[in-house]
Amino acid sequence: MDNQFPVQQIMDPNGIIVSPEYREKVTAELAKSFYQQLVRIRMFDRKAISLQRQGRIGTYAPFEGQEASQVGSALALQSSDWMFPTYREHGAAFVFGHSLRNILLFWNGRNEGCIPPAGKKIFPPGIPIATQIPHAAGAALAEKMKGTKNAAIAYFGDGATSEGDFHEGLNFASVCKAPVVFFNQNNQYAISVPIEKQMNSKTIAQKAIAYDIPGIRIDGNDVFIVYFETLKALDRARRGEGPTLIEAVTWRYGAHTTADDPAKYRDQEASKIRRMETDPILRLERWLKNEGLYNEAWVRHIEADAAKEIEEAIIEMEAFPPADPANIFDHVFAEPTWQIHEQKEDYLRLIGGVST
Amino acid sequence: MSTAVRTKTMTLIQAINDGLDTVLAERREVILMGEDIGKNGGVFRATDGLQEKYGEERVMDTPLSEAGFVGAGIGMAVNGFLPVIEIQFLGFIYPAYEQIMTHATRLRMRTMGHYTVPIVIRAPYGAGVRAPEIHCDSTEAIFTHMPGIKVVCPSSPYDAKGLLIAAIEDPDPVLYLEPMRSYRSGREEVPEGKYTVEIGKGKKLLEGDDVTVISWGAMMPITLRAAEEMKAEGVKCEVIDLRTLFPIDRDIIAESVKKTGRTVIVHEAHATGGIGNDVLAIINDTSFFYQKAPTERVTGFDAPVPYFGFEDHYLPNEKRIKHAIRKVMMF
Repeated sequence: MDNQFPVQQIMDPNGIIVSPEYREKVTAELAKSFYQQLVRIRMFDRKAISLQRQGRIGTYAPFEGQEASQVGSALALQSSDWMFPTYREHGAAFVFGHSLRNILLFWNGRNEGCIPPAGKKIFPPGIPIATQIPHAAGAALAEKMKGTKNAAIAYFGDGATSEGDFHEGLNFASVCKAPVVFFNQNNQYAISVPIEKQMNSKTIAQKAIAYDIPGIRIDGNDVFIVYFETLKALDRARRGEGPTLIEAVTWRYGAHTTADDPAKYRDQEASKIRRMETDPILRLERWLKNEGLYNEAWVRHIEADAAKEIEEAIIEMEAFPPADPANIFDHVFAEPTWQIHEQKEDYLRLIGGVST
Repeated sequence: MSTAVRTKTMTLIQAINDGLDTVLAERREVILMGEDIGKNGGVFRATDGLQEKYGEERVMDTPLSEAGFVGAGIGMAVNGFLPVIEIQFLGFIYPAYEQIMTHATRLRMRTMGHYTVPIVIRAPYGAGVRAPEIHCDSTEAIFTHMPGIKVVCPSSPYDAKGLLIAAIEDPDPVLYLEPMRSYRSGREEVPEGKYTVEIGKGKKLLEGDDVTVISWGAMMPITLRAAEEMKAEGVKCEVIDLRTLFPIDRDIIAESVKKTGRTVIVHEAHATGGIGNDVLAIINDTSFFYQKAPTERVTGFDAPVPYFGFEDHYLPNEKRIKHAIRKVMMF
């Protein structure tokens, strides 16, 4: 099966274009926009870990190493498409237009952070593994029934493909020809469990065969292939031809979340080697250098812009009003039932708050 | 009433079909999803003829995958549709429990109302029809425990149609439990066209001032018979059909218990963690000092619903209900 589903690349780890048919399509403008987003989300990710260490946000799920998968796929979307991220795709959500302040609020224990900016269809991060996959199928089917050309993208990891919801979602979407892209980031570990213990399948892409939909295995650290293959899958979806399963093979350098230590379950030397050899940002940097497009001043400039944007979001997050306990009660139902109403009144009275 | 409402004699299942037909005709966003609901019209024929009338897209036969199609229904609900999802039997809803518990019931909370899930999940429940195992569960309480979903359970054709339309119009998820043993056991006049029965309101089926007997769904006919039979012993029962299991009609319980001072609660679900306990809590909170006797509960046993060869022993019956009524009367 790994022969049948080879890992496809446009750009190899040395920044050399290995698929000549893409030479014209990979423009300087595109590459620079990718680079900027890669840097932007990596800087955010590092900053978020540091905020967690300082106790300024809660447990955080880092994605460093997976930036190309998130940037390439998110930039392939149209603004009116749906995004169903998991707790590790805030990079993708940020690139797609989510508010950075809200992403930080989410990680700081506030449901206010789940609200996407006006007009953006971004679901709150899926927490129970694979459960967002059927939602994406349903939202996509709804778009089809409304007669729009909008599509949906559902993100999930390698471990998610062992869950029933993965199979039920793919089956449902394939039966209905729902316009959805199932975007798997195979970072090869589900918390501590390596992929060999997760599945006997050699690839995740091959699971598409069972649903008679296209399955493709790509280098998830090659932002070009991620972008172009996601675009292709989205176009196919918009044409009414149904879903596609994309397996983007990647690697997270760090922990599953800030609550675990990866050295406990794997040799972190491998992460160091991957960082040198296959890192998504270094790879694009090599291409830019090969093309004579790399400019130190420009890089410092985009880094400074990103740092400023992140700092401003942190200030906004920290200036956000404190948690209002009424929030616990006010959004359970459109109208609170008597139980919720009384519990709220009683609690607010007890803490001396204002009763509504 | 100046204009007479046209009515039709219907069974409970016909009233459900008529309710679905009414909303499908009225609102384009309403879609039905479930196993065998299309050509077959559902295993109980609740959706009979509706696919023919409204098409395969709006009356959708789904793959056999409760988590998958409830999950997809959530996605459709968030994206502007009003899915009414049929679970073939309540005992088969468990694969979808996660979707209901972790998504349908809390998307509104997670997004402060930005995304909401106006779905209805219909499920026939209960024993007493000689069905195979797992087809007879009455596990409503594992849903009333979930914040963010309403649970209703009609006992009559009139309420079945009115509550169904109310559930579909409700902006939040509603679990609509159908007493399968009552599907065809009785008929009554049901208005044509649209009307609703308010969610959260019980109904007094019999007036009395000696003892309050509270039940719902498939237990109503048995409870009513037991109450009628107690008249011969000079006991006047006040019988209440809760109709909604979350949020329970507290006022109807309190008002009656304050009058009678004696209560019997009847449900076919297991005793432990059952909704009878919530009714007891309401009595405690509202009418504690009015009580003349400890409340009795007549329930299914804390054993899995047995094979149907044993179900007559498992299900509450007139004998057990009357025994409980005598017990509270003689305390």
